[in-house]
Amino acid sequence: MRHTISILVSNEFGVLSRISGLFSGRGFNIESLSVAETLDAKISRMTIVTRGDDKVIEQINKQLNKLINVIKVTDFTDEEHIERELALIKVTSNPESRAEILSIVDIFRAKVVDVSPRSYTVEITGDEEKINAMTELLRPFGIKEIVKTGRIAMARSPKQK
Amino acid sequence: MKKIGAQIFIDCLLKEGVDTIFGFPGGAVLPIYDVLYDAPLNHILVRHEQGAVHMADGYARASGKPGVVVVTSGPGATNTVTGIATAYMDSIPMVVFTGQVPTALIGNDAFQEADIVGITRPCTKHNYLVKSLEELPRIVKEAFYIATTGRPGPVLVDIPKDVLMAFADVKHPEKITLESYQPNYKGHPGQIKKAIDMIMASKRPVVYAGGGVILSNASDELQTFITKLGIPTTTTLMGLGAFPGTHPLFMGMLGMHGTYCANMAVTNTDCLIAIGARFDDRVTGKIDEFAPFAGIIHVDIDPTSISKNVKVDIPIVGDVKNVLKELIKGIPGPKGVKEFKKNLEEWHAQVTGWENTHKLSYKQDPKGKIKPQYVIEKLYEATKGDAIVTTEVGQNQMWAAQFFKYDKARTFLTSGGLGTMGFGFPAAIGAQIAFPNKTVIGIAGDGSLQMNIQELATAVQYKLPIKIAILNNMVLGMVRQWQEFFYDKRYSHTCISVAPDFVKLAEAYGAVGLRAKTIEEVEKVIKEAMSIKDRPVLMDFKVDQFEDVYPMVPTGQPLNKMLLV
Ligand SMILES: Cc1ncc(C[n+]2csc(CCOP(=O)(O)OP(=O)(O)O)c2C)c(N)n1
Repeated sequence: MRHTISILVSNEFGVLSRISGLFSGRGFNIESLSVAETLDAKISRMTIVTRGDDKVIEQINKQLNKLINVIKVTDFTDEEHIERELALIKVTSNPESRAEILSIVDIFRAKVVDVSPRSYTVEITGDEEKINAMTELLRPFGIKEIVKTGRIAMARSPKQK
Repeated sequence: MKKIGAQIFIDCLLKEGVDTIFGFPGGAVLPIYDVLYDAPLNHILVRHEQGAVHMADGYARASGKPGVVVVTSGPGATNTVTGIATAYMDSIPMVVFTGQVPTALIGNDAFQEADIVGITRPCTKHNYLVKSLEELPRIVKEAFYIATTGRPGPVLVDIPKDVLMAFADVKHPEKITLESYQPNYKGHPGQIKKAIDMIMASKRPVVYAGGGVILSNASDELQTFITKLGIPTTTTLMGLGAFPGTHPLFMGMLGMHGTYCANMAVTNTDCLIAIGARFDDRVTGKIDEFAPFAGIIHVDIDPTSISKNVKVDIPIVGDVKNVLKELIKGIPGPKGVKEFKKNLEEWHAQVTGWENTHKLSYKQDPKGKIKPQYVIEKLYEATKGDAIVTTEVGQNQMWAAQFFKYDKARTFLTSGGLGTMGFGFPAAIGAQIAFPNKTVIGIAGDGSLQMNIQELATAVQYKLPIKIAILNNMVLGMVRQWQEFFYDKRYSHTCISVAPDFVKLAEAYGAVGLRAKTIEEVEKVIKEAMSIKDRPVLMDFKVDQFEDVYPMVPTGQPLNKMLLV
């Protein structure tokens, strides 16, 4: 099963390679990884999407916690949370297809961020399903390139009672 | 007052209570060596950096204090890797300091530059590159703290030469706090209660103790716990000495070359109490059939060890010593204990039965070749077990584990996790330096010994009366045994009969060399070796080449499927 794990780490050099080294050294897989500073510049957040049965996920959590630079590990899987990813999609366009592409972009509330005579570059944000759905609709026009950020996640605030 | 970095570094070591370091100089650490010239520190000059790390490791295993190593950058640093990985696998507290090229040159492929922090990341508990002199005292303090607390392990600190040569007026921190590193020492009371209940309800309990008991200095507590309840006990290779080897409740080691009794007991137990052990594959055999009838209790300070290989019913994360104290407190009163022991009678009878059916054994033909096991037994008799024994890797290691009895913790030093040939001899040097007045015996194979034989010079230089006992079978014995059993006796590249004359070699280094070719000579040689007090002795025992280690659980088989003599 797929898990989105958020890791707070001290913002020191080499931390990323400690984490990625742990995954590769122990044969855990990484589907995506994103890193950035938090509000506190001394701390970074990594969001890793990984896959594994319960035993593997338990090991991943424990092994991450064991690293000296890791402050906190949260597995979002069983928690109410929001996930987002951003994708840039460069799609072939010509006079006949432009209108249709633009309407797809519109439906998904995406944006055209670059235009050339033969292509549109579309920016879309959302969860994986949304990005996949749009990708599939654009595919018949000819996708030249896709770049994705990898997933980020945040716990939902508790609802007021 | 401003001081040079190298002096500040030595001050840091002294503040940590370090009195002995193992090292080898070079360009990047010249500033340190200049300060060492008249520093109040015992520096042991090795002949190869791998030797330095194994010595520091042996020193740490024997004494419980962290081992300290200083080497230069580049090749000096890379030569430490096997030693560090060895210590890492066995959770040995150690701090390794490597010189590094000056900060401005890092990343430029400078002369003798190696990214040792990158290289050792997966085999250290933690490591550091020091970027400025100001942070050096904090990092050294953290390094010792991390190496010696929680589940211990090696920490590496890489120090660029310009940091060692800078001048600063720095403060040494009295205390450090690491937000992200807080090992859990106390076992959860609820879990401890559950464990006691499971133990008291069991009829066929077994204690399976590992190296964690020794690391936690908990052998007294372990013994109290076991003897109060009368539970049959086995240990891992790393756990030998954690419980007295001569105790009637001791069944011997378990696992691939464990005793018949221990392996049968673990297979049939209804309650396996694992203490400071980690269910290594050499211990469990076929994992799905390991302790199939048992509820499993697992005490370990490292949460990652729990349920990693074997599903555990009652995990207790905590320091073994603390948890054992709580377990002892939780044992019910005399009435409960009496009833428990009564319920165990049948189990004890069964265990005794196993003990008597297949004892560890070998046949010594009085006219035949010397059997390696015989040598170990004679070493045991000669010392009455009062010695620190180190081993190399292979058959010699297994016979040393089987035929010498270890009554005390920290008297059997072996590379369990990594299985590093070349460990035993330098480890013996480290142990002898920690305990100058104890008898230290290095049990060796002729193959392994040659991997760090150069340290004979170190042992001679420091007048260390180490007794090296080579079980000289002229082959890479353990590999040969596997070829015999599993590769149709195709002895591919395991014959090492082209070897030095070890007696002459010892003499060439200024040590004593002795040889035994016949059974009569064995005791004579041992007696003579024991009388030498001012330099190392190398005993060359010409032993039977085709002797095998039994019992043996072939890989992939369950523990009760042993090959027996
Ligand atoms: C550094 C290293 N290389 C290779 C091995 C694989 N290995 C395990 S046991 C063994 C044979 C050891 O031979 P020897 O030291 O003569 O001991 P014996 O088994 O004959 O007692 C070898 C090669 C190892 N454990 N360590």
